[in-house]
Amino acid sequence: MDIPHTVEARPDTGLYNAKVGIWLFLASEVMLFGALFSSYILLRVGAEAWPHGLLSVPIGTFNTVVLITSSITVVLAWASLKLGDLSRFKLYQGCTVLLALTFVAVKSFEYRDKFTHYYVRLQDGTELNGHLAGNPLNWTAANLADTNRVGASITFHPDAAGGEGEGAHGGHAEPIELTAANVAKLESWGPWRSTYLAIYFTLTGLHALHVIGGALVIAYLWGPGSRMWRSDPERFTNRVEVCGLFWHFVDLVWIFLFPVLYLL
Amino acid sequence: MSEHHAHEIRQATRKYIYVFLALLLGTVITVVAAYVPFGSRSLNVAVALLIASAKAFLVAGFFMHLISEKKLIYGLLGATGFFFAGLMFLIVWSNADQFLSIFR
Repeated sequence: MDIPHTVEARPDTGLYNAKVGIWLFLASEVMLFGALFSSYILLRVGAEAWPHGLLSVPIGTFNTVVLITSSITVVLAWASLKLGDLSRFKLYQGCTVLLALTFVAVKSFEYRDKFTHYYVRLQDGTELNGHLAGNPLNWTAANLADTNRVGASITFHPDAAGGEGEGAHGGHAEPIELTAANVAKLESWGPWRSTYLAIYFTLTGLHALHVIGGALVIAYLWGPGSRMWRSDPERFTNRVEVCGLFWHFVDLVWIFLFPVLYLL
Repeated sequence: MSEHHAHEIRQATRKYIYVFLALLLGTVITVVAAYVPFGSRSLNVAVALLIASAKAFLVAGFFMHLISEKKLIYGLLGATGFFFAGLMFLIVWSNADQFLSIFR
């Protein structure tokens, strides 16, 4: 059975069906991210203090440029198909996949940076933020009390500023030794650490899932999916356009996420 | 494919490159503006959101072809925009005191 209106426009809408479909989907996506953005506003306005400088602006700027560049390669790939040039399409769309992978790799690096950055409260009430020697991932006080490490200690390098935020990317103060006996609380800067980190991980995590999903579809159309170019080139071009619309939306969301989470 | 059609696509491609350059410039302006003290943080927030909106307009208008789209899509997005605005205003109304305190 043939799916109707994959190439020719429906007389009543003036559009091929997949285009109406993707816009309906994007409308639902606007509401999904809109709900999370409004949650962000609610949390920020209601917070007594909002941290600044927890994220690296150069890294965030780099990822913004990566996504913007991937948007232009997507649209140039589609334009190449319109000009009947499959090899150029492959070149541009291949670049898009690489850029998407770069974005996800950088994001993973940023996430790892948070899960290896720690808040510690000592038994005497002193509160510190910093790094553990060897940068272990997501430790808690339970790791210090590990029976296999009885009597052992781990070196902690406090941030120079001492408080959250300002010293996140600065130098370190004098190191101290942590043991199960002198630590009351130890936790990484995961989503549980603060309201800001909770909404940061929620928004960027959902966005990263969109990047991964979009990259998978783009990679499919670049690889095995491109066989359709030989049998039905116009339909294939429309598939690439629809996929591109989703990708631009992902870029558009990041355009707002970047200043909201990294700069303000 | 007609020569006229190919010419149109090539023209559009040039436009995409200009939009891309404008987006890069917008990113630089966003970062620089974040470090400029406008007097209050709320003003910095407003400026950043204004630049982000301009960049979003470029992406949606040119890369997503919304500048010349069919009526059905405009209708669909109009309805989405209405509910999205509602979502944002609900938050503002529920926190009117805090929001007003920004301007005091």
